[in-house]
Amino acid sequence: MSTAVTGQIIDAGELKRLSPRFWLARQTELALFWGAVLIVSLVVVLIVHVSAAGLLPVVVALIAVVAWLVERGRYRSWGYAEREDDLIVTRGLMFRHVSVVPYGRMQFIDVTAGPIDRAFGLATVQLHTAAAATDARIPGLVRADADALRDRLALVGGAKATGL
Amino acid sequence: MSPLPPPISSAAPLEVGETWRRLHPLSPIVRFGRVLIGVLVIAVPSIAEQPALHRDGGFPISFVVYLGLLVLGGIGGIISWLVTRWRIAEGNLQIETGFIRRQSLRIPLARIQAVDVISPLSGRFLGLAEVRVVSAGRGAEHGRLAYLTAAQAPVVRARLLALAHGLEVSTPEPAALPLLHVQNGLLLPALLMRSQVLGPILIAIAAVAAIAAAPVVGAGALGSAITVLVISGLGVARAFNEDFDFAISEAGDGVRLDRGLLQRRHETIPYGRIQAVRLVEPLFWRAFGWARLEVDVARQSVSREADRDAQQVARTLIPVASREQALWLLARVMPDAYPDPPPGAGPPSRARLKAPLSFHFLAAWFGQRYVYARTGRVQRSTIIVPLVKVQSVRLKSGPLQRAFRVATVDVDTAGRRWQASARCRDEHEAVETVRHISERARLSRRVPPPRPANPVPVPAAG
Repeated sequence: MSTAVTGQIIDAGELKRLSPRFWLARQTELALFWGAVLIVSLVVVLIVHVSAAGLLPVVVALIAVVAWLVERGRYRSWGYAEREDDLIVTRGLMFRHVSVVPYGRMQFIDVTAGPIDRAFGLATVQLHTAAAATDARIPGLVRADADALRDRLALVGGAKATGL
Repeated sequence: MSPLPPPISSAAPLEVGETWRRLHPLSPIVRFGRVLIGVLVIAVPSIAEQPALHRDGGFPISFVVYLGLLVLGGIGGIISWLVTRWRIAEGNLQIETGFIRRQSLRIPLARIQAVDVISPLSGRFLGLAEVRVVSAGRGAEHGRLAYLTAAQAPVVRARLLALAHGLEVSTPEPAALPLLHVQNGLLLPALLMRSQVLGPILIAIAAVAAIAAAPVVGAGALGSAITVLVISGLGVARAFNEDFDFAISEAGDGVRLDRGLLQRRHETIPYGRIQAVRLVEPLFWRAFGWARLEVDVARQSVSREADRDAQQVARTLIPVASREQALWLLARVMPDAYPDPPPGAGPPSRARLKAPLSFHFLAAWFGQRYVYARTGRVQRSTIIVPLVKVQSVRLKSGPLQRAFRVATVDVDTAGRRWQASARCRDEHEAVETVRHISERARLSRRVPPPRPANPVPVPAAG
């Protein structure tokens, strides 16, 4: 879901998207969370004998659907591109962000993976510069891709490194 | 427990050899002075509040406890002095300290960025000064030599600087060229003229006037205005104490700041560490054509309590000056920077509804070497970031911004205080800005800009 604005900094075609497995992982997370909430609401309905309580699971289900739509939009908004001199990361559905990080500015690169990410063989690549505000993070890369990206970035980062 | 270092003479003439040296024998007294004040502040009121205990005969318990604390603090200070030693050897400044947990600090001379000399009030009475070493790099340690004699400190400083620049050990400190000196007679009125002080005064006057009409509301407003006034008065006193007798000079490696009433500081801000400069023009200062300049320098995040003091870096480049002088100084630190917006640097007029308060001064533009962002309504402030220092560029747009077809461009630096934030830019312009800034930042990193050799004369105070 590349916006017109994003598209002018970089062609939408150039942007690499996240792995579909990431969407599966996010959906799993959503299902686990909202499934739990739904079960709790059903239990509440069974315990409380008020006719209006019957609406509760319906409301929960509706919110879950909205959450699912938002999460899908977010998933589609992620994108990154390795250009000649810098890395571009786009994200955000409501609040759209486009970050441009020159390779020479990278100080170190983290690859992290939470439990669900690991179950799906995914990892997050995070770039750190000397500026605390830099927020270039690419989640949901297939583990091998994440490692390859980290190695490529470390390589160009080392070649183009500039001091403070 | 580790062995004590061998006895070292602290009175030996200062030579940069491989020998371990000790800090000045009076250092525990200066350090102890702070503990003493701290204990007194707690002890005096608490003893005074418990007269009943005193009449029990003998010493009151609390008195004994506080006395014990003082003795312990004193012994601790002396032991700390005994186990602390330092030397310059093997390309490092080495400091060893700690009695139970021995700590050995190695600061590579090549990474030293600045050496400051600080004389606290108690140290000035005893003729002592502290040498503070600021070094570069992530997780780098900052060294403190507290205290040396006031005569030794500048010598150690000069040697460290010479070694850091790879010069002969005995190279004297490079001569500094005086740039500006702030008259204390100007500093005080300028500090009092800030809106934090004048605002509550105006409110207090209004409140006094309103008491006749509405006593309760007026008295309440007066009370809160006075509270705010006391707080900002303390702020003024602190700023006056810190920036008293402010002099800025220029040396080859950076600008030197000499300032302070009770505690004198002699600091260096290396040019390379300046990440951004901010030109601030408060509401009432604009009537007099005054301005001040602040800097943001690169530093690590503060983790340990002990480091916090050492991490205190100069923030003010000039506390108050005429606008011409401030611009002239700015040009010394950032050649060719001109912090007045060219036509068309303002946001599109439809953004007036989006940012009704700040719209008036809101502007952002960039040149060959700098990015500028101006904001504020009461206090106009212009942030200037060299393109060489740009760490990353970010474009942000929220739902409300999209409704106005505007976007924000943030320019990040390694500084901790501000980022240049160009708010309410036209969407298409914002995109162009991101593209241009990242492109120019890339180009300007390849060619370091030259620095003018000799300064032009200082403009007369306006």
